[in-house]
Amino acid sequence: MQDFAASFAEAFQLVFGLNSGLLEVVWLSLRVSLTAVAVAAVIGLPLGAFLAVSRFPGRAVIIVTLTAMMGLPPVVVGLVVYLMLSSAGALGPLQLLYTPTAMIIAQSILVLPIIASLARQTLEDLHVEYRDQLMLFGLGSLARLRTLLWEGRYSLLTALLAGFGRAIAEVGAVIIVGGNINHVTRVMTTTIALETSKGNLALALGLGIILVAIAFAVNALVFVSRAAAERYAHA
Amino acid sequence: MMKAAIRTSMFRSVMAVAMTLCTVALAGDRHIIVQSTTSTQNSGLYDHILPIYEAAAGVQVRVVAVGTGQAIKNARNCDGDVLLVHAKSAEEAFVGQGYGKQRFDVMYNDFVIVGPRDDPAGIRGLSEATEALKAIASLSLPFASRADDSGTHQKEMQLWRDGGVDPIADSGTWYRETGSGMGATLNIAVAMNAYAMTDRATWISFGNKAEHSVLVEGDPDLFNQYGVILVSSEKCPNTRAEAGQHFINWLLGPDGQEAIAAYSLDGMQLFFPNARPNDPS
Repeated sequence: MQDFAASFAEAFQLVFGLNSGLLEVVWLSLRVSLTAVAVAAVIGLPLGAFLAVSRFPGRAVIIVTLTAMMGLPPVVVGLVVYLMLSSAGALGPLQLLYTPTAMIIAQSILVLPIIASLARQTLEDLHVEYRDQLMLFGLGSLARLRTLLWEGRYSLLTALLAGFGRAIAEVGAVIIVGGNINHVTRVMTTTIALETSKGNLALALGLGIILVAIAFAVNALVFVSRAAAERYAHA
Repeated sequence: MMKAAIRTSMFRSVMAVAMTLCTVALAGDRHIIVQSTTSTQNSGLYDHILPIYEAAAGVQVRVVAVGTGQAIKNARNCDGDVLLVHAKSAEEAFVGQGYGKQRFDVMYNDFVIVGPRDDPAGIRGLSEATEALKAIASLSLPFASRADDSGTHQKEMQLWRDGGVDPIADSGTWYRETGSGMGATLNIAVAMNAYAMTDRATWISFGNKAEHSVLVEGDPDLFNQYGVILVSSEKCPNTRAEAGQHFINWLLGPDGQEAIAAYSLDGMQLFFPNARPNDPS
């Protein structure tokens, strides 16, 4: 119990000491994970919408595969991305290993199935509701996807937040492809792993508390802006 | 109409945020990558010496700290410019296979065997590490091993061999293979009241010692030599050979050696420079 008290004290000290090292790490965490979510959303939302409205052979297989991939182990994704980006790998010449870009790629792969699967489920339900109207308007299939995505935008935020939660919390992938390099690829989770391995348990837990607080702040921000946008839309 | 305007402006702001997030900082482009060990990073050595070098050379040194075995594998994949590890025979094999140019001694410290205060194996103060390990094995007392092909693990296995003990046969009982880094293994050893072998630098800087302490030290067999190697640009054409060589020259030269010697924690020097730059080994 003493450790928990010490951790909270440590967390407060870190936050109010406005340690520039901490800011750097927090900022990189947010930059990497938010970008990964943005990339995954650009691919995953249309993919989810497409799977929601279309019927074709093999659709069930794709849906089950995507859902199963929601549980991809980060370490495995990290390893695969490492092997691709390594100088000895297929994408070696790009020289992306041990950069934030490598971390964004790994996290995008982790987050994509989550966003696509959740979007597919949400939009399929919505599609049942709207199908007749969409037919009535005689919209083309592309326009139908766009309309569905737009009408489901508030519910889809939950899919994005689930993806963000996965990205900001994982350590297995980013530590392999990022290398946890000080001032370059060190993020919150890899810092926590490092401090744990140094035996600085209170500091590690303090950083953990800050990480949870940041995740909370992002979720709260989305919640509030969604409520405001909904009020505005219905006014 | 109103809705469309909101939509456009929302789209614009989302794009603006995305663009900002996407701009990858290109600053500090002059850098080298050093594949190295957890002991040198966890002990804080790099935090001490690298700023000195970076200020003098204007080149950023990016350290990837993993076990020696993994560091060597990463370097064989050409994912590093310089290798700084501590397993001499593995380093010599790396050079022998043409992945590295030359190997130089940089610095040393020593390994120690740590264990619980009540020391049920009675090894405290023994002068020979192999005797201590044999005592632990004969009583089947818990021992936490890195088991990760790190330099420390390779040294530990060599000591078991020297003592004629095969701990792997008892893995899962008293012999616990953590498969983790030094710090993680020490955390486990402390929690399980187990013995463990660690490099002294990691032990001194380790923050969760609890009731554990150093029980065996000073055996010449526990010598821990660190070596540095430039990754071969013949095997790895993308190697930043010039910058890497510059860093190695600095490490082996008087400035680097002085910086290593000056690093201490709690009044104890953690690494002892012993480079002989004109004498590759």
